[in-house]
Amino acid sequence: MSERISVDDVAKVARLARLDMSTAELERATSQLGDMLEHFADIDELELDDVVAMTQPYHLVNVLRDDVETPSLDRDEVLAAAPEVADRRFKVPPIIGLAD
Amino acid sequence: MSAEHTTAIEIASGVRAGERSAVDVLEQHLAAIAQGEGAIHAFNLVLTDEARAAAAAIDAAVAAGNDPGPLAGVPVALKDNMCTRGIPTTCSSKILEGWKPPYDATVVTRLKEAGAVIVGKTNLDEFAMGSSTENSAFGPTRNPHDTSRVPGGSSGGSAASVAAGFAALSFGSDTGGSIRQPAALCGVVGVKPTYGVVSRQGLVAFASSLDQIGPFSHTVADAALAIEVVGGHDPGDSTSIPRPAPDVVTILGDGVEGLRIGRITDLPSGADPDVVERLEAAFDALADAGAKVVDVQVPAFTYGLTAYYLIAPSEASSNLARYDGVRYGLRVDAPDTNSMYMATRAAGFGDEVKRRIMLGTYALSAGYYDAYYGKALKVRRLITDDFNRAYEHADVLLTPASPSVAFPFGDKTDNPLAMYLCDTYTIPSNLSGDPAMSVPFGTGAEGLPVGVQILAPALGEPVMFKVAAELERRAS
Repeated sequence: MSERISVDDVAKVARLARLDMSTAELERATSQLGDMLEHFADIDELELDDVVAMTQPYHLVNVLRDDVETPSLDRDEVLAAAPEVADRRFKVPPIIGLAD
Repeated sequence: MSAEHTTAIEIASGVRAGERSAVDVLEQHLAAIAQGEGAIHAFNLVLTDEARAAAAAIDAAVAAGNDPGPLAGVPVALKDNMCTRGIPTTCSSKILEGWKPPYDATVVTRLKEAGAVIVGKTNLDEFAMGSSTENSAFGPTRNPHDTSRVPGGSSGGSAASVAAGFAALSFGSDTGGSIRQPAALCGVVGVKPTYGVVSRQGLVAFASSLDQIGPFSHTVADAALAIEVVGGHDPGDSTSIPRPAPDVVTILGDGVEGLRIGRITDLPSGADPDVVERLEAAFDALADAGAKVVDVQVPAFTYGLTAYYLIAPSEASSNLARYDGVRYGLRVDAPDTNSMYMATRAAGFGDEVKRRIMLGTYALSAGYYDAYYGKALKVRRLITDDFNRAYEHADVLLTPASPSVAFPFGDKTDNPLAMYLCDTYTIPSNLSGDPAMSVPFGTGAEGLPVGVQILAPALGEPVMFKVAAELERRAS
């Protein structure tokens, strides 16, 4: 097994990714991610200091349109897909006032 | 699988001329589905009633003297990651099970406007992450050529639906080979257009700088027509190229006389001998047709896999943050919002999706960004520059589409890296944004189909289709 990533690292990543994971899942993920990172070390041999990062295939420009009203999604149709709705709004459990 | 399939072009010309009824065409395909779908599982949902209504409307339009459009009455299947208003769109994930989008994807709108009849939503690897369709939350799709083998992925349901005669045409999405690899394994044509040619508005995002929609078909001409129908600028996608769809139908008979076909001499090894044999036969066939085979180098090609499996999961970890149990899809109740997010995502995502979210989150996290994501973006540049240098010497490049023919179920499910290697030859075109397609070119081991991949420079669809049409003529 690779030493590139520890179970603690993986547990932190799972919290950042908002994924509940059991101890067994964390151990399995550590092993699999370690193997992948080992394989991905092939690019370490490349000289990349002077290479400009490429984030997408083409140069993107801001796309703007005239500030005029156009039809948008139907509010009731959108809300109908939500797990819980109150007063024509999305409803969620308490955000503050509880642990974590 | 029936030996003879009617092409989309034949169906549309018959329906437009009033010689065939769209309802009859649909019923033939629904009968094929009724007979074969139990063994194949190409679909998450068959839209029998909606399709019958659409086909009847096409026939009524023809009877009234109107032209329903270039795909009049053509039964089309859509990968279940393209939004269809009021019709479930699941991405083969439990987290979106039952979700009905409030709008149609642009490709769906354009297909309907062209007279196509949407017959169903096809199975995929969950959120398009996989190369075998085994990662679907609703069970795998089976290869119509051998139901003990995978159809490829992630657009396995779309590839199988055309191969099995359930639809004349289908659409998939290709982020790292998810159209071309299943096309090769199912013996059909599959095209990933240039990034920006087909709008992604309404395509559920996986990796936004790589995702592109494209067709599956029995013939190169059908794929060309499909690109012309769905391609072209869309204000709804800010990455859409502001020009019309490429002109790829009129050039199909041009031949390849004088074209330079590039052989990549430093291509990563790993393709099976039967696949290499078909690739060599393709070079020979094009040389016989008057093309010139030239040697080129693409040194960074071999690093594509690493760059892709750092970039795509990074973008996915961001795109999939939206599945939080608030606005749509699954929610697992918990006493506070953060616990609800964590429980919902743990229950709703499958193993491969979690693996990629974790990998991407790690590659983007403080302290590792430069070493992984940042470095991968630089490798992406090297690959693109290498391609551009190769295209100074060659008009197109030829490679295998897949390292092997269709493999048995379970062959690679315990080893994620082995599965990722299926994408070795397809990934670099997604990183550069260039077009590429797989064309069936004979059979390999066990009599299973082999696809040859044609790669072309950005917006090089016309030359790519010329070569594809020539290979198709010489394959038979």
